[in-house]
Parts: sequence; structure tokens; C-alpha cells
Amino acid sequence: MRAPTLIIGYGNPSRGDDALGPTAIAAIERRMTPDTGSGQIEIVTDFQLQIEFVTDLAERQCIVFIDAASSGAAPFSFGALAAQTEAGTTTHAMSPASLLAVYRSFYGVDAPPSFLLGIRAYDFELGAPLSPGAQHNLEAALAMLEPWLMAYGQEVPCHA
Amino acid sequence: MTSSLETAAHTDKLRRVAIDPVSRVEGHGKVTILLDENNQVQQVRLHIVEFRGFEKFIEGRPYWEVPVMVQRLCGICPVSHNLAASKALDIIVGARQLTPTAEKIRRLMHYGQMLQSHALHLYYLSSPDLLFGFDSAIAQRNIVGIAQRYPDAARRGILLRKYGQEIIRITSGKRVHGTGAVPGGVNKSISLEERALLQKDIDEIVLWGLDSVRMVKDLHRQNPALYDNFGSFRCGMMSLAGKDGALDFYDGTLRVRDDQGALLFDGIDDQHYESLIQEEVKPWTYMKFPYLTSIGSEHGWYRVGPLSRIQNCDFIPSPLAEQERQEFIAWSDGPMHAPLAYHWTRMIELLHAAEAIRALLDDPDLVGDDLLAKGMRVHEGVGVLEAPRGTLIHHYRVDDNDLVTMCNLIVSTTHNNQAMNHAIRSVARQYLNGREITEGLLNHIEVAIRAFDPCLSCATHALGKMALVAELVDAEGRLVHSLSRH
Repeated sequence: MRAPTLIIGYGNPSRGDDALGPTAIAAIERRMTPDTGSGQIEIVTDFQLQIEFVTDLAERQCIVFIDAASSGAAPFSFGALAAQTEAGTTTHAMSPASLLAVYRSFYGVDAPPSFLLGIRAYDFELGAPLSPGAQHNLEAALAMLEPWLMAYGQEVPCHA
Repeated sequence: MTSSLETAAHTDKLRRVAIDPVSRVEGHGKVTILLDENNQVQQVRLHIVEFRGFEKFIEGRPYWEVPVMVQRLCGICPVSHNLAASKALDIIVGARQLTPTAEKIRRLMHYGQMLQSHALHLYYLSSPDLLFGFDSAIAQRNIVGIAQRYPDAARRGILLRKYGQEIIRITSGKRVHGTGAVPGGVNKSISLEERALLQKDIDEIVLWGLDSVRMVKDLHRQNPALYDNFGSFRCGMMSLAGKDGALDFYDGTLRVRDDQGALLFDGIDDQHYESLIQEEVKPWTYMKFPYLTSIGSEHGWYRVGPLSRIQNCDFIPSPLAEQERQEFIAWSDGPMHAPLAYHWTRMIELLHAAEAIRALLDDPDLVGDDLLAKGMRVHEGVGVLEAPRGTLIHHYRVDDNDLVTMCNLIVSTTHNNQAMNHAIRSVARQYLNGREITEGLLNHIEVAIRAFDPCLSCATHALGKMALVAELVDAEGRLVHSLSRH
């Protein structure tokens, strides 16, 4: 039996729009119903992705990473992720693509299908709430994600 | 004298190389190197060009929110900030003596933090440099390269991290933003089932700790000319020392040795840290420079972290780590000052954390239910502990309405500011003088910085990621060459 779909939202709740990932996770948790939650979806939130997250990814039906995007399309971009090794390491945190590359090395197989939901963010000021633009983008992203999760396995919408 | 490279004369005639960490939310750190027309290094600085005041974010909040809020300083050591803040607020709520259960739960949490942080640093951040070489192919110099070439080491690193995180989850109640430590104690102990879960793997964790020490020790044995000298400079060492001079990450009094290893200060009450150190401001960086007040800023700077702790303590209160400490001390004639020895001492500490966890898990107090202490409320408290990167100081004043009126944080990376600057000046002089700058050579600078395991999130009181862009700019300001990584 496969493990539930995993949704990982990451960012700092105290850094303005960097809170988009954790805020999205909180919203998904609130909206979970017996159909969408309880056994079919598992949620995780953290400040940043770390190397041991690879052990959370194993045998999932799919994985969705949710992060604030400081550039790119608004209100959000959504698409499949491929494993990619980062050249050199200067930070304690990891990107989702790099995490998938470590997964492949660790388990000897590709990670389950993985997707990145990048919600366009604008303001990362310490102590600031979500900006109005980010709040709007969050709602748009969740409106896309919820039916997508319900229908996973069909065509993946991409707004990149 | 490497310190002479702090400020060059006639900078307008020099070429500038910058290693420039840029990111969307992290405090902005940068290394700049000025070269003359013969590629001779004239000036080297590690500086912080952006600062966001986390202390102001804390001021005005109710004190009981602080242990949770300060975790948002750092994605790597939130537990250290949680515990340091809680220790300071213990004083304010009059809980100078915690219950045995509370102190042991906090210690378990702290050892878990030390274990996971040290494992991350060696296996994820540093092993690519150490195992492949500082100027090896950049495409290989990362954790995926390690996993392919050294799969056992990569696996060990990931599972050590996971075990440490599991301790944090169990002791703090949550995987992240935990609320385990609160002013006066903890809000939960652990259950018998949770203890059994952690006991299941701890023997293997201790063995992996031993493997980790051996891995780094062997690097010194194989190439002492490099490992015992790279970026070396002399300075004093500061850390907490526990009872009878034991290595103690959680509590103790402040101890300082000089560069010869002689005691300068010992038994300094952490509530009086301000009598021991001050911070100097320099115009070219936002990161301050702490120094010993009685000696002055020019000669009174020091280093913190594993290399200081292991040489500052009189013994380690766990047998395997103590044996490794004695071997480390015997390795050099006098105190070891080489930055790469941070790795060796860091792994001795990882082993000690594993042994301490194993011992604590047998302690019946861990599953007790006496969680909180209290006493006479006061208005000011200081919390000091040894975070993975070094001495961490939290200092608060709270008014009669329970609101924080003053917050001062001195983090490990700030203590090491001058030391890191000296390390990169030493490396620049050793490796960069007279040579064409390449990515591999610039990585030598980063290797020296990484040895300290700095956290710019903590140092700048911001959080985020830290990509690097290195630019070579000529005397007219034209971009000659650029290297980047993300």
C-alpha cells in the first residue's frame, strides 16, 4: 500500500510573504475532509528543506512542495519537478530538485512524482503579515490545488 | 600578520574579488578581496551588508511568547534559541533551579539538536570539500557526489540527522516550532513508548558517532600539513564550562583561555557576561566584533564553538568521547588553532551527544511529571548555552506588564566574526597571492569560513538561503569574471 500524498510547505512564518508555504499548509489542514484528508494526504511544514526530508518522500503516491516564489509568474506556477544536483553548497537548506537528487542516490530509484507550487511573493519584511498580493495569490493557488489533488493522476495543470 | 589585511592603503588602485551571498530573505554576507596589479592580496574582509533587527521584533511582546518566537531566527538551530530564551526567562520567573524532569528533557532536546546540526555540517556541507578536495570538480563537490562515491557516509549523515530531529519532535511536541521549553521548565515529558522508540536505534547512533570521528581524524593523519595548518591563526577560546570543568553544552560558567591554553577567566557567572565581553562596531560591516573588555578589541577577540569547547574543558563526561578528546589534545604540541580542526572536534562533540542521549534515555526522570518550577519574579534574565556553533547569549528585560522591554542576542557566528576574518586572510595569503583567481581557489576561502559552520541567518537575525556569486572586478569597476552557485 502506498503512503499518502505528501504536501510540504516551507518558509518562515515571521518573514512576510515567506510564510506562504506554512500558511498554505495551515489552510489545507483546515480544509481537509474525510475525502481529501485522513489517510490520503499528509502535510508537513518547516522553515526550510533539509537533507533528512528524503526519508519522508519514500513510496508516496506523489509529493507537492509549496514555497514562496520571489520571482516568476503570478499568481503562482505549478509543474513537475526533476531531480537536479546543485553545484556547490553554501547553505544549510536544500532546494526540492536537489532533495530529489539526493533521494535517487539514497534509494537508488527516482523519487515519486513530485511537483512544485511556487506562489508569487513580494515582501519578506520581518514581522510583516502576508501582503495583499500574496494573499490573493495564495487563494488562487489553493483553488487550483484542491481539485488537482482530488483528481491526481489526470493531466497536471501548469500555470508556469 | 594576517590582521594587516583588514584595511589596505590606496584601495582605488586595487582589483576587487567578491564572494557575494545573495538571497531573497537572508542577511546579506559577502567576502571581498582586493588584489594589486601583481595579484598580491592587499585586503580581505568578511562583512555583512544588510541587517534586520530581530531584537526589535521581540521587544514589546509578552515574555511567554519569546521561546517560540525566537525559533524563527534560524531554520538550523531553532532549538538552541528556544532553550537560551527559556533559560533567560527561567531567571525572570524565579525558576533558577528546574525540576529534574524539566532539566533532563531540555538536555535531551539540546543533545538531539547538537547531533543533527553537527551531522548536517559534516556530511552535507563539508564532506564534499574534505573527501573530494577543495578544488575538485564542482559538479561532483556536493552531497549527491558524496552519495554516489561514499554511499555509507551519505546514509550515515541522513540518518543521524533524522534521529536528532526525532528527538526534537518528541521532546518539543512538534517537528517544527515546538513549544517544549517554556519559562520555568517544559510543558511535556516523554512517554514510555517514545523513550522505547529512541532507545531502539541509539546504540547504532553511537557507533556512527565513532565512525564520524574516525573519518575526520583520518583526514588529519593522512595530510597533517594541510589539516593542521590551513588558514591557521592564533587567538583565545571562550565557552561555557560545566561542573568540575566538564564539557557541558547546556549550562555552566564562562571560561576563557589564551592562545597558549592558559586560563584567563574562569567561573564567570553567565548573568554577568557583560562584565566579560563588549562588542565593537566597524564601519564596513553590520556584524559586530565581540572582545574581552579587559584586554581590548585589538587583542581580546576569541573564537567559540567545538574547537574552543574541546580545548577549554577539562574532560568530557562520556567515555568514548573523552578518549577521542585525549587523542585530539595529544595530536598537537599545544593548543590547536587550525580551522579545519573544527571538523574533528565537532565530531567528538557529536559522539558525546550520542553517548549523553543514550545515558539520559535510561534516566527515569525523563518520564516524570513534575515539569515546572517557579519563584520570585524579577525583571531581567540572561540565558547562555553552547549552541552547535558556539556560545549563544540571550538577554531580556521584562516590565511589570510582562512585556519585553529589552532584548539582546549575541550568537555564535558573531563571536566568531573576527576569527573568521583572520582565517580567510590567512588562506588568502597562503593560496591566492600571485595566482589567477579560479573557482577552486575561491572555494578555499569558503572552506575556511565553512569550518566555523557560520549561520548568517543567526548573525544577521534573518532567515533564508544563501547562494553565492563571486565577481572579479578590475580597478575601473568592470566585471572581468563571474562565478555563481545557488
